[in-house]
Amino acid sequence: MIPMPALLEIAGPTTEPGFGVWLVATIVKMIIVFTLYMLGAALFTLAERKISAWMQDRHGPNRVGKGWLQPIADGVKNFVKEETYPDAANLPLFILAPMLSFIPALVTWAVIPFAAPWGSRWGIIEMVLAPMPVGFLFILALSSVGIYGIVIAGWASNNKYALLGSIRSSAQMVSYEIAMGMSTIPVLLLAGNVSMSKIVNQQAFETWNVLNLTVAFFIFLIAAFAETNRLPFDLPEAESELITGYHTEYSAMKFSLFFIAEYCNMLTASALMATLFFGGWDIPFTLWDNVAPHTGLKTLLTLGAFTTKTLFFVFFFMWIRWTLPRFRYDQLMSLGWKFLLPLALGYIVAVSGTVVTLDALGFARGSVPFHTGLILLNLAAVVILFNIVDRGRLISPAFSRLNTRDLDKLRAVSAPHRAPRVPESGD
Amino acid sequence: MAIGVKVVSRPIDEVSYVRATLGGMKRTLRHVFEEKVTTQYPEEKESISKRWRGTHRMHTTEDGKAKCVGCGLCPSVCPANCIKLVTGEDEQGNRYPLVFEIDEFRCIFCGYCQEVCPEEAIHLGRHYENAEYSREGFVYDLERLMAQTHPVCEMWDPADPKGE
Repeated sequence: MIPMPALLEIAGPTTEPGFGVWLVATIVKMIIVFTLYMLGAALFTLAERKISAWMQDRHGPNRVGKGWLQPIADGVKNFVKEETYPDAANLPLFILAPMLSFIPALVTWAVIPFAAPWGSRWGIIEMVLAPMPVGFLFILALSSVGIYGIVIAGWASNNKYALLGSIRSSAQMVSYEIAMGMSTIPVLLLAGNVSMSKIVNQQAFETWNVLNLTVAFFIFLIAAFAETNRLPFDLPEAESELITGYHTEYSAMKFSLFFIAEYCNMLTASALMATLFFGGWDIPFTLWDNVAPHTGLKTLLTLGAFTTKTLFFVFFFMWIRWTLPRFRYDQLMSLGWKFLLPLALGYIVAVSGTVVTLDALGFARGSVPFHTGLILLNLAAVVILFNIVDRGRLISPAFSRLNTRDLDKLRAVSAPHRAPRVPESGD
Repeated sequence: MAIGVKVVSRPIDEVSYVRATLGGMKRTLRHVFEEKVTTQYPEEKESISKRWRGTHRMHTTEDGKAKCVGCGLCPSVCPANCIKLVTGEDEQGNRYPLVFEIDEFRCIFCGYCQEVCPEEAIHLGRHYENAEYSREGFVYDLERLMAQTHPVCEMWDPADPKGE
């Protein structure tokens, strides 16, 4: 018999907690975080409807409990509605798909630190569900799993629109996954670690990554929109041409799960942006919140900072959704492969080159000259990106220019009697 | 396709996607704080035209009887054939409607009955909230038509064609 460790043994506010404390704290954190998370995802449906209404000069839902109970009313409606199963659907996969798209978004949240550690009387309690040393890789892995839910949903529905939507989504998500992963490599370069807590700490003691790595943030932002299937990249849904794409055949709570999954993804992506580029739970302009002693007040304040940042990005997601129209499919692909990916790769080279140079010159990480160098590089990159590259080249225009040789080849096929085209002047 | 497409070189603030996006975001954000235009329907109502032709109403005399004399003009002019009228006569020889029913489901609200009525008895009302739970509920009998209190339609006046 292994002796049971005394549960909730008292330790000082600076020591590591015992196993029992760790277990209890983890369970409590899980319950609180996931409850708040689900509640948040439900309230975001209301927030989205309200914000969309305000942006269109409407009032939005204001009937059920002044609008606040609208998510509950929607939930009840979705629970009591009839579940329909298409005759030709692959039933096990059809049922599995909503879960698969919902769970990864939820689980990703486990490695995101949401507040400063709390030095309680039972020991220091990390304010992250799973303080994994490979936190960031875990996120990359899980966000790829999220694609399966959508792909399986489209395949199992046995519906042409659903299949088209899921094919689009797999192409889109695979493409932007690469740009997303590449855009975060500069962050890891500066932090020198893939643990989320270390990334937050590095930003807290130095500068937020958004100031050093604006271009990486820009790429990550765009890729996050594509990864979460939000407008302007909601091609897997595309109401007008695919009748909501992969969840065409889903009804009642299964449809609702896809819907919740979208909001969970959005929340997770917002938290990631806040963590990777906006200092996570760091309160700006002060170091007071990052150093010991870790009091409960600090934990609460940093939790507030993190929540504010995350909610801002959630609002940003909705803001963009009601501002931009959907991209055309080829625009989406060319933006991902021809613009974001080369940009991210080039940016990695530029940042790593700068970091190596600054290290070689003997500037310590976190020192003023080191950051001046990085910020100068960043300024140059931003100027190049937003003044030179962004000249009608970010998104391909309504026409695409064919190679003259390809054009002649096409003409020879379609109208063989015509002579090869003479290039016109001014063409 | 590239066949003869003219490519115009434009200044950067016209071709920049990021600037256009930021401009759009500015516009949508401004609308968040603008006055909302929705009419909160059950609480507040839009004013309707004086010539609005809604569900019927039968005018009454001072002693509470229908003004209708049962002449039979309205059922004969009704294009939808929705008025049912059976005329009766009392001891003084006054004709009155024994049965007067209007099927508001069949009615097309043309207003001919109001125009043709010599006694100005039947009127269309300035009223539109007329939901019922059954089809039978839409057949208004004489009591119901007399019990209506909503304002009545003012028909088209050639001297004042816009109803001002």
